[in-house]
Amino acid sequence: MEFTSAEVFAQQVLNGLSNGMIIALIALGYTMVYGIIELINWAHGDLFMLGGFLALTILGALGLEEASGPMAVVAVLVILAASAGFCGTLNVLADRIAYRPLRRAPKVSLLVTAIGVSFIFVNLGLFWGGVPMEVFSGGIAAAAPKDFPALVPSRNLLGTDDGVGFTLRDLLVVVVTLPLMLGLWWLVARTRLGKAMRATAQNPTAARLMGIDVDRVIGSTFFLGGALAGFASVVYALYNNTIGFQMGYRAGMDAFTAAVLGGIGSLPGAVLGGLLIGLIRAMSDQYLEARWTNALVFAILILILVFRPSGLLGMKQREKV
Amino acid sequence: MSEAPVLLELRQIRAGYGPVDVLFGISLEVRRGEIVCLIGANGAGKSSTLMCISRINPIRGGSIWFDGADVTAERADRLVPRGLAQVPEGRRIFPRLTVLENLEMGAYCRSDADGIARDLEGVFRMFPVLRERTAQLGGTLSGGEQQMLAIGRALMGSPRLLMMDEPSMGIAPILVSRIFEAIAELRDRGMTILLVEQNARAALRLSDRGYVLETGRIILSDTGASLLASPKVREAYLGE
Repeated sequence: MEFTSAEVFAQQVLNGLSNGMIIALIALGYTMVYGIIELINWAHGDLFMLGGFLALTILGALGLEEASGPMAVVAVLVILAASAGFCGTLNVLADRIAYRPLRRAPKVSLLVTAIGVSFIFVNLGLFWGGVPMEVFSGGIAAAAPKDFPALVPSRNLLGTDDGVGFTLRDLLVVVVTLPLMLGLWWLVARTRLGKAMRATAQNPTAARLMGIDVDRVIGSTFFLGGALAGFASVVYALYNNTIGFQMGYRAGMDAFTAAVLGGIGSLPGAVLGGLLIGLIRAMSDQYLEARWTNALVFAILILILVFRPSGLLGMKQREKV
Repeated sequence: MSEAPVLLELRQIRAGYGPVDVLFGISLEVRRGEIVCLIGANGAGKSSTLMCISRINPIRGGSIWFDGADVTAERADRLVPRGLAQVPEGRRIFPRLTVLENLEMGAYCRSDADGIARDLEGVFRMFPVLRERTAQLGGTLSGGEQQMLAIGRALMGSPRLLMMDEPSMGIAPILVSRIFEAIAELRDRGMTILLVEQNARAALRLSDRGYVLETGRIILSDTGASLLASPKVREAYLGE
């Protein structure tokens, strides 16, 4: 059966929104860390990638690759929790070891350090992927993506096999990402930690004068941002059935562009930016050509940085005392 | 008054930025229930002294004692629950937190809900304008209102020593007198205050004692009244 052009469009909107929700989850981690210490966390996409490898390793160790039915649900919950905890902890460690000693250093030192951390993560992923050393110099096999178990079938929930598909995997994306976003909003807006995070972002010296342990609040921010990347990695892997050690670069680029598009430092901006980038990617894949999609995303990044660096929802000018 | 126990004592505090020394051995004390003011020209080291006491600025030598304990090595955030609060120069309110959230941050280290509610009511009684603006963002207040917010925020920590850095700077004259009234009110309630002020006359009138700072050294200390009468102070700091 042929798709009508309206169906194709609707399908691409759905695809775009699903991918956009995943991008948004990653973008939130960029924007939170930027908001509190003005660091473009270059390693964030690669942290996301490591979350995927951890999930794969855990499924292998527990023999859950073929799980179906209730066991598949358990398996998904286990890897979601494990990857979130792992990525959160790793992000806190990166802050403790690499970024905290540079609190008073120029921001560019911080950025270069983050690029270094990114290299470390990428290489960790490369070896974690199980590359035999003799293949390593060969290159191609090393870069090969790994299959990720299809724990969530791509069954269309709209009933038919043809026509527009909203699959179980799309549902998974919504069920995981939406509560996380609402939870994060609640935490930042309402809780003591959230208020301390905002206070620290707005005036760290005043925050210390209030008795806020600024380093702990920054550490918590790294943990939350990292945990979101961990959740995103599992959803991504289940959605796409494949992970690779270099997937952090593209995901990171998309998410960073999303954060900048929405207004870096703004949480609603990161979500809006993520959804827009997801939609733009889907439309470009469909109506332009897939090979132009990355170029289009980079072009958007450059255009925003040149013409509207504060993004769609960002503040017009920075308030720094 | 001088019989009251010492709450804060600085012994030979030295501090600086990079290669530059700013404080060359500051020694002073504040007794419980006193208002003590630090006066001196711009750059004399008044703000640096307060920032050293709050442990925001690093110290190069000397020691700080608070309520009988050596707190020289204490971290900034640990001093607040001990009862030390500062209204910093330039107010440093949180511009994108609401007025109420700003006040809540002042009580960050406390868990006594009843006491917090009582102190919030006290702040609103002292500065009624803040009650009308609880939901407004701090950054949208006028300079004088921000100063009131900064004072209220510090009071929300239920401090035993309140340090205020230039509370009258950069605000409308009508509000300056309101700020000084508030300081007098706090004094009458028995609050211990260490006050840094450019408006030396008004500050000395309110103060039990004062110290005169000149290029990082204390050159004079006496009761507020004696300093007001001192020819040297009158000439150098009161513009006579």
